[in-house]
Amino acid sequence: MTDEPTVAESSSLMTPGNVITAVILVLGAIVTVLRFTQGLGATTNLSDNNPWGIWIGFDLLVGVALAAGGFVTSAAVYLFGMKRYHSAVRPAVLTGFLGYFMVVIALSYDVGRPWRLPYPFAIQQGTTSMLFEVALCVALYLTVLFLEISPAALEWLGFRMLRNVITKLTIVLTIFGVVLSTLHQSSLGALFLLAPSKMHPLWYSSYLPVYFFITSIIAGLSMVIFEASLSHRFFSDKMDQTHKDEADGLMLGFAKAASFILAGYFVIKVFGISADNNWHYLFTGYGVWFLVELMGFVALPSVLYAIGTREKNITLIKWTSALTVLGIILNRLNVSLVAFNWHLPSADRYFPNWMEIVITVFLVTLGITLFRFIVTKMPILYEHKDYQTSTH
Amino acid sequence: MSISRRGFLKWAGAANATVILGKSATGASNHDFKGYPDSKGVLYDSTLCIGCRKCEKGCNTVNELATPEKPFDDLSVMERTRRTTNDSFTVVNQYADDEKPGESAFRKIQCNHCLEPACAAACFVEAFQKTPSGAVEYDASVCVGCRYCMIACPFEIPTYEYHKALTPRVRKCTLCYPRITKGLLPGCVDICPTEALLFGKRTDLLKTARERIARKPGEYIDHIYGEKEMGGTSWLYLAGTSFSSIGLNEHLGNKPAIEYTAGTLSAVPLVVGLWPVFLTGAYAMNKRREKIAFSEKEAAVAIAIEETRAAALEKQEAALQKAERVKKKDIDNAVKQALAEAQKPDDEKSE
Amino acid sequence: MGSIFFTLQDFMVYTEGVTYLLMGLALILYTAYFVFLMDRDDD
Repeated sequence: MTDEPTVAESSSLMTPGNVITAVILVLGAIVTVLRFTQGLGATTNLSDNNPWGIWIGFDLLVGVALAAGGFVTSAAVYLFGMKRYHSAVRPAVLTGFLGYFMVVIALSYDVGRPWRLPYPFAIQQGTTSMLFEVALCVALYLTVLFLEISPAALEWLGFRMLRNVITKLTIVLTIFGVVLSTLHQSSLGALFLLAPSKMHPLWYSSYLPVYFFITSIIAGLSMVIFEASLSHRFFSDKMDQTHKDEADGLMLGFAKAASFILAGYFVIKVFGISADNNWHYLFTGYGVWFLVELMGFVALPSVLYAIGTREKNITLIKWTSALTVLGIILNRLNVSLVAFNWHLPSADRYFPNWMEIVITVFLVTLGITLFRFIVTKMPILYEHKDYQTSTH
Repeated sequence: MSISRRGFLKWAGAANATVILGKSATGASNHDFKGYPDSKGVLYDSTLCIGCRKCEKGCNTVNELATPEKPFDDLSVMERTRRTTNDSFTVVNQYADDEKPGESAFRKIQCNHCLEPACAAACFVEAFQKTPSGAVEYDASVCVGCRYCMIACPFEIPTYEYHKALTPRVRKCTLCYPRITKGLLPGCVDICPTEALLFGKRTDLLKTARERIARKPGEYIDHIYGEKEMGGTSWLYLAGTSFSSIGLNEHLGNKPAIEYTAGTLSAVPLVVGLWPVFLTGAYAMNKRREKIAFSEKEAAVAIAIEETRAAALEKQEAALQKAERVKKKDIDNAVKQALAEAQKPDDEKSE
Repeated sequence: MGSIFFTLQDFMVYTEGVTYLLMGLALILYTAYFVFLMDRDDD
């Protein structure tokens, strides 16, 4: 009598992906307990000089930027009439919802008293603060995303009437989504406007809110391409024919848009340097790093997307989307952790410790796991048979 | 002499404007805020400071802070540049005196109690308040612990109790708010043996500072640090050597922190006000375009159907006519044949 | 009207607060007006 699992059991659950996920989830749970019993000092490398680390720089800033596909895709389809991208809406909105949900959880790790997070709404309003505006818009937008994605769950659960009622709200929710996203995406950049003396001139600009907003659109477009390419690889058995047929058109269309918007972003970044006469900084060490970000992760993906669109090279487009996403991550980390406090001696600079990294990886993994679960159970990549709208 | 209607309107308008402007004490149109009139502050004269660290001790006692590792009379701590920490609201640093080689200059660091504090502008729960006394007060009972105030402060003053898991607070100098409202001196000012620290109304301190500079122009740098920096601070500094050499940032500018984000903040209502209009417009225009395209398509299909039907009808007509003709021809032929038969001579008729 | 403001900070806390409330109202009114404008569009 052996203890080995049956062949069926081992093949269904013990995949390498699931094992890694389980390890990360367990490690994350342990560090979570440490964080809330021992405090931030014991679990992070944060200091009085460096009050914000990767839980803000990555979990919040990158998380919000990469979740922007929701508002971009739903605006394209429902407001600008681009019906050919319809199959991309639900996956994009789901990514958006899970992204923002994870951001709220990440904030609960970072702030000193997370149970007081409702205070700015309920107790006292710091209305001069850009962070107040971020908090308000993120809270409202999370609600909008929840409502936008709920029809998928309601279809799965069979609540027809409620599902139909919410679906009638689509246009209004989409408009609210664009308004709220414009506000909080730009305001995250505006947070740093308050500290001009602490940020490197190449990244500090009064255009920071505009930069953050434009890059959020680029991030959204690229994440939709990136997520679609992964879904086609791992979840194609869950996709209906419409989804598969629209895929190439989606990649080409979004790549074309991203190419041009990246070009626009490049232009306004150059204008930003010119407006403050910061050309000479380009010839410093930080200047080289700035050029790496601007040329390698803005100009290059713009050109690659353009070539991909012209040549109808879907593979190139997929790789470029990964490059662009990396560029967004790089930009957010540059603004919040590299350019910020650049003036401090290197002994006083911040680098995350292993526990901060564990929680970040943990939250990303949690998000991906939830995505996998929802996509396999609910009509995200396919249309529920009772609610077919396409003619395929 | 009667007043003309134009004259009357002019007078009425001016009178109204005076009433309105007079009533509105905000001076909003030109954003000129003078601060609280009896706001207090401290004048720190670096030329009088001997770096004895008694002010640190006074602060520690008055605020019941933790006893540090090294006692306050241990001057070796000044071998490295220190910053405020969550149990030292003020520290004194030692620097090389640029003007007097071989000698030291000192600078006491503590919250500057700015007139337009960056921490107050940053805080999303309004935990910081500029009080009429001049002190910038921190309210730990609403603080969420986001630490944005620490990002915002250009002087790197607020510290955080990272070691506490459940009740961490931001910590900084309070200008001894409980003491000064009772008419006492702040702890550091009280204990300073050389009167390097002077407490009083900010306006009076500025006068005193100017007098000192005027009396001994060779002794002082001709500038009061904090008079205008970041919109003005309640803690004012005089020095005999350049301010940057004693660790004060001379590149901060005179704009209060809140003005750096006021621009973006003012764009928020514009987005809320106009985006719904643009987006509804885009939606409506696209819906219209779709409808037109749909009805054009429908019309084209209808025309195509009509044409097909008309063509089919024509064809049918033609076929019918042809059939008619053929039939007629057959009938004619049959009749002709019958007639021919009838006309044949009797003998050829089939009998 | 209202209290006297001694600092820009106090002024902006007040004005932004009022403006935020008006923004909320605007969004609600926009929604209602949108429905009013568009609900007879399907002929």
